[in-house]
Amino acid sequence: MSYLELRQVSKSYGAGATEVQALCEVALAVERGSLVAVMGPSGSGKSTLLTIAGSLEEPTSGEVVIDGTSLAAMSRNDKARLRRRTIGYVFQEFNLLAGLTAVENVSLPLELDGLSVKKAHTAGMAALAEVGIAERASHYPDELSGGERQRVAIARAVVGERHLLLADEPSGALDSMNSEAVMRMILTACKRGAAAVVVTHDAQLASWADRVVFLRDGRVVDQTVLPPSPEALLEESSRPHR
Amino acid sequence: MSVRHALLAFLSEGPKYGLQLRQEFEESTGEVWPLNVGQVYTTLQRLERDELIESDDRGEEAGTQKAFRITEAGREELDTWLSTPPDMTEPPRDELVIKVLAALHVPGISVHDVIQVHRRYLVELMQQWTRLKEDEADFDLTFALVVDAELFRLDSVVRWLDTADGRLKRAALEAPSAKRGPVIRRRLVARR
Repeated sequence: MSYLELRQVSKSYGAGATEVQALCEVALAVERGSLVAVMGPSGSGKSTLLTIAGSLEEPTSGEVVIDGTSLAAMSRNDKARLRRRTIGYVFQEFNLLAGLTAVENVSLPLELDGLSVKKAHTAGMAALAEVGIAERASHYPDELSGGERQRVAIARAVVGERHLLLADEPSGALDSMNSEAVMRMILTACKRGAAAVVVTHDAQLASWADRVVFLRDGRVVDQTVLPPSPEALLEESSRPHR
Repeated sequence: MSVRHALLAFLSEGPKYGLQLRQEFEESTGEVWPLNVGQVYTTLQRLERDELIESDDRGEEAGTQKAFRITEAGREELDTWLSTPPDMTEPPRDELVIKVLAALHVPGISVHDVIQVHRRYLVELMQQWTRLKEDEADFDLTFALVVDAELFRLDSVVRWLDTADGRLKRAALEAPSAKRGPVIRRRLVARR
């Protein structure tokens, strides 16, 4: 069963002559353990899709189902709990709180969810260790490089028992090596059983996904089919040359 | 890739045998480009004929494998080749570009759909190359460089498709009566 499912989700803003259709009957299913990338140009509805999947916005029509439960059937409190416990968000701008250290940024969602400061700190440190920057735990965001800040943001997204990872252009303005590191971390979370959706216009980022869905003018227009094995690719490219 | 210059590069490290050179060539390209023994020896013969390398004839007389070493002229040739940029002054004749340009003229065909077919194919290829990178433990430096080169090459084509898609969309909005999209005023000379 899919962990995240969007069923014929549409979203429009405004009304009448000024109405803008951001999403139109989008269907998307993401299994646990799999990474799906959504590619499309600016204004194609990528970010709207992500905010609706993460219950930050309501669809105009259609349904979002997470772990078998429809968001429409949930109270505001239930949705808030779902966002705190189950969903991890990674944004382009990292969105770290400047007055908190790296580990405090990571452990904050757990503390807000009622975990003791000590336990939240331990989990926060474990998440930072997982993304390879435990030694920077007591630094503030402005003391970290762009790559380190995004690692903290990913640690915050995967801390605790989060099963759904939603990332919007997660490599931001990072260079290629740091972007690759970001995708490896998201992939590691998937291998541990999370379901992840990454929206991006960057084909190199999208190519880390198991499946790439193409969005145009708010509609899913196409998707990749499961690629053959890497070995098949090597055989294909093993041609003689001059 | 020039086999000739790659062999000179390996010989610049010191004298080597033909089979050894073949093995080093394959390893240096992450085994993506296999090379047959015949190609190695033919190239070595030509390099020797051009006095860019020389062989150890005594080894041949004794019935053992021939060792090759680079000459001073060979080093100069290698230095010149390394620092000479490949000719990129003229756009290559790119089949994909031609297909997209041709689609603008075909009635009943959506150029955006044509672009998407190619975009999906390229992203699928990129997924396959990226899978080769997934296991860092099996991923040596040379192989990483080769895979990166391929990913950046494919990525640049996807970016061009994305830009073409956006440019055509904007052109259609600005001139709704135009049937064929923007007029290309400059004639580009394609290389054969």
